[in-house]
Amino acid sequence: MNNLQKNKLIDTTFKTVGLLFTLLGILILIILLYNIIRVGYTRINWEFLTSLPSRKPERAGIYTAIIGTLDLMLLTIIFAIPVGIGAGLYLEEYAKKSRLSTLLEINIANLAGVPSIIYGLLGLGIFVRFFGFGGSILSGALTLSLLILPIIIVATREAIKAVPPSLKEASFALGASKWQTLQKVVLPSSFGGILTGVILSLSRAIGETAPLIVVGAMAYVPFVPHSLFDTFSILPMQIFTWTTRPQEGFAIAAAAAIIIILVITFVMNGVAVYLRNKWQNKLS
Amino acid sequence: METTIEQTLPMDKIVDKSLKKTHTIEVNDAKVWYGDFMAIKGIDMVIKPNTVTSFIGPSGCGKSTFLRLFNRMNDYVDGFKMEGKIKVNGRNIYKDKVHVEELRKEIGMVFQKPNPFPKSIFENVAYGLKIQGIKDKKLINDRVEKALKQADLWEDVKDNLKKSALTLSGGQQQRLCIARTLAVEPSIILMDEPTSALDPISTSKIEDLIFELKEKYTIIIVTHNMQQASRISDYTAFFYLGNLIEFDKTKNIFTNPQKQQTENYITGRFG
Repeated sequence: MNNLQKNKLIDTTFKTVGLLFTLLGILILIILLYNIIRVGYTRINWEFLTSLPSRKPERAGIYTAIIGTLDLMLLTIIFAIPVGIGAGLYLEEYAKKSRLSTLLEINIANLAGVPSIIYGLLGLGIFVRFFGFGGSILSGALTLSLLILPIIIVATREAIKAVPPSLKEASFALGASKWQTLQKVVLPSSFGGILTGVILSLSRAIGETAPLIVVGAMAYVPFVPHSLFDTFSILPMQIFTWTTRPQEGFAIAAAAAIIIILVITFVMNGVAVYLRNKWQNKLS
Repeated sequence: METTIEQTLPMDKIVDKSLKKTHTIEVNDAKVWYGDFMAIKGIDMVIKPNTVTSFIGPSGCGKSTFLRLFNRMNDYVDGFKMEGKIKVNGRNIYKDKVHVEELRKEIGMVFQKPNPFPKSIFENVAYGLKIQGIKDKKLINDRVEKALKQADLWEDVKDNLKKSALTLSGGQQQRLCIARTLAVEPSIILMDEPTSALDPISTSKIEDLIFELKEKYTIIIVTHNMQQASRISDYTAFFYLGNLIEFDKTKNIFTNPQKQQTENYITGRFG
């Protein structure tokens, strides 16, 4: 076998292995989805979505959990996105290279890897106890915001780094200030990347359970939160509780709730992809 | 400095107020460091209005750094430090009070690689005006049209102003970048190897353009192309290792250089 044939063989092998690995990921997802849908689809109906939780599995619904999750997400978006993007912009564009900024950078990267339960304990200490927000939806949203901030900051910085320096130079050379350059050149060019990071972080937040248990998310909340200081339930919490019950009806209800949370996540990702494509078409 | 220009225009006369207006850029003992590295080792230079000046020299000789001093583009480089005086239209631009943004409206810049914004052709040219806060649509339209005509691009794009600038060819993109610079109505235009990424036809179009623009603007161009320097410029400066070796009328530099180093470089014996 000569060199040319050898290279070709390596090429083909790598292609095949790569394809297999890709298919493996999709296959696992399909099996998962199939299992859950097979069990849970019987419970998916309007009543399930609009009923309060109950001790009887056939009457239990996820109304409070869905509203709790959506409220929590909304609040988290309001808290985390401006702060995260702002911090990312600052670190990438304004902060002078110094020991302090290097230290900050390393720490932010590390924070993204801290187990989420730690954030829960932090939230318990700061928001629940110190600020006295109690086991409320506000405490939950602030804790989740802390959890996803590092992800948003890192994603924002990566997206800004990908903007060609030549574009920034062009803007400066035309007499634009730093802020004008950020606003008119850097942010539009990095919007897609930042959005992807934000959605990824929210997809993570929506599935988080552990830190929210610590700050007071409950499995049984017979009402929808009306103020920031009300107790709340969330879908993952509801799923977690139901799966620990012995009755088979709760297993079915848990599967149904998983379908709902997956749908929410898919819709969120879909919106992100749509926005990103729309933005890119506008630019090119 | 012992070059002819410097001899005919000694520094004390230049500082004289009656002469102030006649000199666009005056550099007095400029030194630049990047960290510990000294990139510019004390250069004096006077650039007259409505002339084209070429900066030539081997890579790393400091000519781009020197060019970027005039609109303070080096300010963004880590470890940049500068000493000496640079006066543009009579004003020392490295004083604290100077607004860099104001300065850059007076001094435009065209870069080596065409770098249009990922926006429409119109938005590209209007960018400099909009960031100044100009909202008058008619004024913006007029200035965009005028700038595109000056840059010899109007005929190519007048029906497609809404199209993305990225759909243009490389040469057209570079002329768009020139139009974008002209729209702000600067008095000086800096060009950092503006044709090095272009094909010969686009290059000659840009050279023609530079020749026309000379009537209204002062142009300083960094180039690696010796023929280009001799074709388009009135003055040529030869840089080597952070020093200005020779600065004279282009004709003199290319036919009768005073320094051995200059002669070696332009005849291709080193660099």
